[in-house]
Amino acid sequence: LLFSLFREKKRTKVVELTENMVVDGGSGVSFEWGGRWSHIKKFLERPGPFTHPDFEPGTEGLQFLLETCKILVIGAGGLGCELLKDLALTGFRNINVVDMDTIDVSNLNRQFLFRPKDVGRPKAEVAADFINSRVPGCCVVPYPFYCVDCINLSRLFLRLEFHIIVCGLDSIVARRWMNGMLLSLLVYEDGVLDPGSIIPLIDGGTEGFKGNARVILPGMTACIDCTLELYPPQINFPMCTIASMPRLPEHCIEYVRILQWPKELPFGDGVVLDGDDPEHIQWVFQRSLERAAEFSITGVTYRLTQGVVKRIIPAVASTNAVIAAACATEVFKLATSAYIPLSNYMVFNDVDGLYTYTFEAERKENCSACRQVPQDLHFQQSSKLQEVLDFLTENASLQMKSPAITATVEGKNKTLYLQSVPSIEQRTRANLSKTLKELGLTDGQELAVADSTTPQTVMFRLCFTS
Amino acid sequence: ATMAATKASKEQKYDRQLRLWGDHGQETLENAHVCLINATATGTEILKNLVLPGIGAFTIVDGHTVSGEDAGNNFFLSNNSIGRNRAQAATELLQELNGDVSGNFVEESPDKLLDNDPEFFHRFTIVIGVQLPESTCLRLGSVLWNASVPFLICKTYGLIGYMRLVVQEHTVIESHPDNALEDLRLDQPFEEFKNHTNSYDLDSMDKKDHSHTPWIIIVAKYLEKWLSEHNDQLPKNYKEKEAFRQTIREGIIKTDGGVPEDEENFEEAIKNVNTALNLTKVCGVIQLIFYHSSCVCRVFSLIHLPVRGTIPDMIADSQKFINLQNVYREKAMQDAAAVSKHVECLLRSVGKPPESISEKDIKLFCKNASFLRVVRCRSLAEEYSVDSVNKDEIASYMDNPDSEMVFYLMLRAVDRFYQQHSRYPGVYNYQVEEDINKLKVCVNSLLQEYSLSVNIKDDYIHEFCRYGAAEPHTVSAFLGGSAAQEAIKIISHQFVPFNNTFIYNAMSQTSATFQL
Repeated sequence: LLFSLFREKKRTKVVELTENMVVDGGSGVSFEWGGRWSHIKKFLERPGPFTHPDFEPGTEGLQFLLETCKILVIGAGGLGCELLKDLALTGFRNINVVDMDTIDVSNLNRQFLFRPKDVGRPKAEVAADFINSRVPGCCVVPYPFYCVDCINLSRLFLRLEFHIIVCGLDSIVARRWMNGMLLSLLVYEDGVLDPGSIIPLIDGGTEGFKGNARVILPGMTACIDCTLELYPPQINFPMCTIASMPRLPEHCIEYVRILQWPKELPFGDGVVLDGDDPEHIQWVFQRSLERAAEFSITGVTYRLTQGVVKRIIPAVASTNAVIAAACATEVFKLATSAYIPLSNYMVFNDVDGLYTYTFEAERKENCSACRQVPQDLHFQQSSKLQEVLDFLTENASLQMKSPAITATVEGKNKTLYLQSVPSIEQRTRANLSKTLKELGLTDGQELAVADSTTPQTVMFRLCFTS
Repeated sequence: ATMAATKASKEQKYDRQLRLWGDHGQETLENAHVCLINATATGTEILKNLVLPGIGAFTIVDGHTVSGEDAGNNFFLSNNSIGRNRAQAATELLQELNGDVSGNFVEESPDKLLDNDPEFFHRFTIVIGVQLPESTCLRLGSVLWNASVPFLICKTYGLIGYMRLVVQEHTVIESHPDNALEDLRLDQPFEEFKNHTNSYDLDSMDKKDHSHTPWIIIVAKYLEKWLSEHNDQLPKNYKEKEAFRQTIREGIIKTDGGVPEDEENFEEAIKNVNTALNLTKVCGVIQLIFYHSSCVCRVFSLIHLPVRGTIPDMIADSQKFINLQNVYREKAMQDAAAVSKHVECLLRSVGKPPESISEKDIKLFCKNASFLRVVRCRSLAEEYSVDSVNKDEIASYMDNPDSEMVFYLMLRAVDRFYQQHSRYPGVYNYQVEEDINKLKVCVNSLLQEYSLSVNIKDDYIHEFCRYGAAEPHTVSAFLGGSAAQEAIKIISHQFVPFNNTFIYNAMSQTSATFQL
């Protein structure tokens, strides 16, 4: 299933941008110097034995990169900074970058586009500025925190028509959302997928000395949700351990965070524990020491306290550099057809020597995100709605956060349960303890479920078991 | 006051990496002086990933001037620096990344330095050589080998990345293994542990205590019983272990109606039987280290290592857990003290002051005694010599003609091409076709010289002409991250470096490590 994704887009876009260039006064020309792209040109102007079957050597490839190809980079953090540099030095000039965060001191050990003077400023802006001034001709457009939310991101997609999306996110929920977004843009004609509607997603992730890079062609290859079991949910300590029998310093810290803070509200009513406030952490640290002393537990430190409260994941420059580089190489391959792209998942670990493992993740038959068919839900008529809710959140392949369930009952749309709006939550809470039969649901009935993990509602089909 | 403020701000800045290698690891980085030869894209990317985490100092050695091509693929060379010395230009933009680091440059080729002042390289913690021709590598390799300075060679060639580590003997106390077995000594319980388990009487405990007794105690108790009934023989095979697990299962409290209660600690005990009964012995690798290494470990009797002193978390009430933990901790302290005494004697016997090896280091050593690693790389001379080339490794990998080993051979072949023609193949478009045959001649002479009867497909020879010695940024960046972390391993003596040849293939996103 190999084909060139951009042949169609290339033709239309080159025309479009040439028009723009006339208006701008041909701004592309002045940034070049002799030999600038000679490293890249060898892969675009020369035929070779390992190129993609659709590869056509010539000058069009570089032109497409420099003038037309539009990339969206999601995240301007550890991976994002590296991605922006890698793409800019590979010839990509039309880059948009999205990040809701502002710069923190602890970012500076690896997010190299930021300096101490930038602390507090939006990452997307500072990153874009740095790249644009260091790489002449490159035009990175930032979308910083104040204008990014789900609705705006959708508008961005529809208006700007990106060729490729690259993700350097630190959250699985955000990844799944992006994944769902791209799936929702797919166009099917008579059940056949229109390849022109596919926007490839390159996704990278790192944690300490481990990382992975994957290529997703929505609708064609395994998507994020197809392999959700690869990201098992974080397990928290049991409450009885935290409340009455702590053994580790971590248990003491969690006690203070979960039980003592809400009770004592040390910084005033309604003041929530802020992991980024050193005064808050100091308070938690001191109370944790007291708790630990009660049980003769050693090992509570300020660093550990911060790590537990903020759920800090250790990070270094090197792992981010490796994973971003692999992702950027894939963007290049997809944009130019220079080589066959990674198919489709690479894992990296350099704790002991250097280890990589490359494999093809398979599409799941009944993936709730990328399969067109509603997933079956098996419950008894006497099952309570709460059981359905629990399934949606606890099932390893779904891992929903707070699903809102709607159904068509007697011809009318009925919200069975919705958590995120307090008034509706109050109104529908009683439904949780009602049986599916009592709620008027029938066998074969479709349920529409909305959740923060997906931009589109997921359809399920209720199958009653005896 | 400013010193304290600097320290605090560094702790904040480096927080995410301090959680990986600790303050002591960071100290080794801050005392390190790294030498980079050639500020090409690969070189500056490696250095960037060393400057950001805060190495003490770097020195770039490079006699080249910045070309238009250099400014095109290198984040640390602006087009304004075209015509200037490359070492100087790169130092400016790398230095700017982190004010804690001192950047230096030498506008000289490494060959000139080797001619006039080879001892120049002795001052460095590690030397990283990038895009070096074979002859320079071999000369430099010899000097650094004799001076015991670690040497890391890196090369980006088209879509292929290459690294070679050359270090005589590199010891690692803190290897941080991903999946370490616990050190519980259940098969050979020490006195204090036996006394502690004797203080428990499972049959006379109330339910609350029974359900919150650590699984280690449970296994120990039932093991005691088993040994007395089985002639002091531990459960060995699956059948016996299953029978042993059953004895524990039967120990679970039952209701009046005979239904087993929910006792998670007993379930933990049953689950852990498999690994808990592992025999405590000095594993093969460690025995080898003790035999060869000239460090502290020579004093140990080759039977038992010092007790590690840590136990995993488990279902238990706080007091029982802490008490058990203390039993192991105290034993570990005792063992470490005994080691200290022996070390003192050993040091005295070789005329060194007893404080030469600190208590802290001895404790760290003892805690990691099961995970000590030593990496010994063959020298470049050994790799390249016809008498000692690792033919078997090369030939066996080449059984698969598409193995990453083919790229190693092609890199050797283009080096040969460079030696003969003073240029790399296919640099200019018109050269690509005609160089294919020339390169093939180099390939064949290489295979012949080493008596390697392997087949290298024409496609690879064509591809390497096509590359034209290009250094695309994304491949440089991949190597940049990989090499920098290996350098950090060498500097910090934490985590285990590769041994000794690493190949990265960006076409297929695969890699391999060979010992050549």
